[in-house]
Amino acid sequence: MGRTLAEKVWDDHVVRRAEGEPDLLYIDLHLLHEVTSPQAFDGLRLAGRTVRRTDLTIATEDHNTPTLDIDKPIADPVSRVQLETLRRNAEEFGVRIHSLGDIEQGVVHVVGPQLGLTQPGTTVVCGDSHTSTHGAFGALAFGIGTSQVEHVLATQTLPLAPFRTMAITVEGELPEGVTAKDLILAIITKIGTGGGQGYVLEYRGSAIRSLSMEARMTVCNMSIEAGARAGMIAPDRTTFDYLQGRPHAPQGEDWDAAVAYWETLATDEDAVFDHEIFIDAAELTPFVTWGTNPGQGAPLGADVPDPASFEDPQERIAAENALKYMGLTAGTPLREVKVDAVFVGSCTNGRIEDLRAAAAIVEGRTIAEGVRMLVVPGSVRVALQAVEEGLDKVFTAAGAEWRHAGCSMCLGMNPDQLAPGERCASTSNRNFEGRQGKGGRTHLVSPQVAAATALLGRLAAPADLSSNVAVEA
Amino acid sequence: MEKFTTHTGRAVPLRRSNVDTDQIIPAHWLKKVTRTGFEDGLFEAWRKDEDFVLNRPERAGATVLVAGPEFGTGSSREHAVWALQNYGFQTVLSSRFADIFRGNSLKNGLLTVVLPQETVERLWALTEADPTAEITVDLEAREVRAEGVRAPFELDDNVRWRLLNGLDDISITLQNEDAISAFEATRPAFKPRTLPAA
Repeated sequence: MGRTLAEKVWDDHVVRRAEGEPDLLYIDLHLLHEVTSPQAFDGLRLAGRTVRRTDLTIATEDHNTPTLDIDKPIADPVSRVQLETLRRNAEEFGVRIHSLGDIEQGVVHVVGPQLGLTQPGTTVVCGDSHTSTHGAFGALAFGIGTSQVEHVLATQTLPLAPFRTMAITVEGELPEGVTAKDLILAIITKIGTGGGQGYVLEYRGSAIRSLSMEARMTVCNMSIEAGARAGMIAPDRTTFDYLQGRPHAPQGEDWDAAVAYWETLATDEDAVFDHEIFIDAAELTPFVTWGTNPGQGAPLGADVPDPASFEDPQERIAAENALKYMGLTAGTPLREVKVDAVFVGSCTNGRIEDLRAAAAIVEGRTIAEGVRMLVVPGSVRVALQAVEEGLDKVFTAAGAEWRHAGCSMCLGMNPDQLAPGERCASTSNRNFEGRQGKGGRTHLVSPQVAAATALLGRLAAPADLSSNVAVEA
Repeated sequence: MEKFTTHTGRAVPLRRSNVDTDQIIPAHWLKKVTRTGFEDGLFEAWRKDEDFVLNRPERAGATVLVAGPEFGTGSSREHAVWALQNYGFQTVLSSRFADIFRGNSLKNGLLTVVLPQETVERLWALTEADPTAEITVDLEAREVRAEGVRAPFELDDNVRWRLLNGLDDISITLQNEDAISAFEATRPAFKPRTLPAA
């Protein structure tokens, strides 16, 4: 019987297989950041162990890093200690690190792909749930806890429980103004925050194949929000073209050998998935969340749902709690929900295409009075590219704040946070209570919806702009 | 890792689904570089409400958390497990756990038990009516017991064996050093490296 993409990558990394035991899998690439690694390095020290493969390991600073005044000492002493701890650990154990101020610094899931380290058919792990991002390249990539970080540092392997496979087939063309973000938000609402549990998702179909690498990363990034172990897309010409020439992509004969291997990875025609769902791309519209988990979403054109409309009692209670926390009333059109802040950035939507898309909408316009818009590039490289294209000027001219690279307001570990009760349209990945700051209210949106929302001061799509906003001459 | 064989304790019934890792331990607590001292961060936002179940005096000293479905969704932060353990929880019962949280819990000796939602409902009803009611989680027998409840649960044999013996995963893996080295010798040259070849 044929095998799926995920099964092929898994099989090619089995170091040891024994009856009654989890497979021991080899890890090709281990990404580290400051938040989930200090206790792992402590564990190594306590046991007198070393990092087995420093040449398969790389660290970057992202979660705690400020996005203003990065040349000054970090104001928060606890954040400073955590960053200094990573720097010390990297030095002691010989791990490559890209610290604040370094040209390769940025959000770990933006940095890996842009360096060409994320490659098809590899296993990629990081102490961060959004490691699923790297699945866009046909890598088997997943988030791990700190105990597993220590395990990979010490052994370059992980014992892993078997997974099931789910195909999410999206056929057709995404309508104008509908993005990868709208697609993944719609998928999560369809299957729920636990719908992917135990599964590696494979996104397939013509709509997926026509996505750029950056859009594919947006889709795979949020696989974890559906509870999935990982999300993957078969590598193709788009993948190879993105990779070729990047600093860590194979070269010469190695490139040819690599491509020959990568071309064998796609799911076989006679492979069978444990579960399949189908989505018609043409039916999708801009999508936003109204609640406090990423499965609580709806088309922008819909109303805030009535909790009584949910049959499942747990979902009903969750919706009641969510509306209370979000300060929303059932029946209110989502387009009438006013926001205080807009955040463009994160490992979900902080890449150059995302910034271009948002900039194209705000260009020559001014964001609504009373709305604060933060634009945070996913990496220093993304920031430099944006500056070269003049996007920073477009944003600042519109009244937005242009910041330095990092995770920023996606989770507010640095000073970029919402105030209690503030409402934000955010291109990030989680709308959990307090995620962007204590008492903050988050609506997950695409970069395009974020930009249109900033201009109108209420949840909006670019299509809503023409009749409402005067374009400055 | 701490061994887990059997545990009996009073419960906290948490009638909420999708209890995400940001609720279990908010991000600002993640700046700590230790595995201890997270107890005050556990459910920090909800604990500001004096009626929140964890704040009720009759729940003091409870060690069994009975939660709604999709417990632990979200981030990979192992701090969520440490926070529950630092606070005093030994075991969490729910009808569904997020995968990464579950994996983290079992690597730290916090036993996460999957039960049918109807059993969770019965345990909620029992422990809400009688806060002194005790729940026993018996890993050897793979069974949860409480007044009027006797519920078997499943757990992978290998995971159970590691928990019962408090075994360290890394030591077990390092016994396979030869297999790891042999695998490394077969890795293709085109695989990515973060450092220049030595």
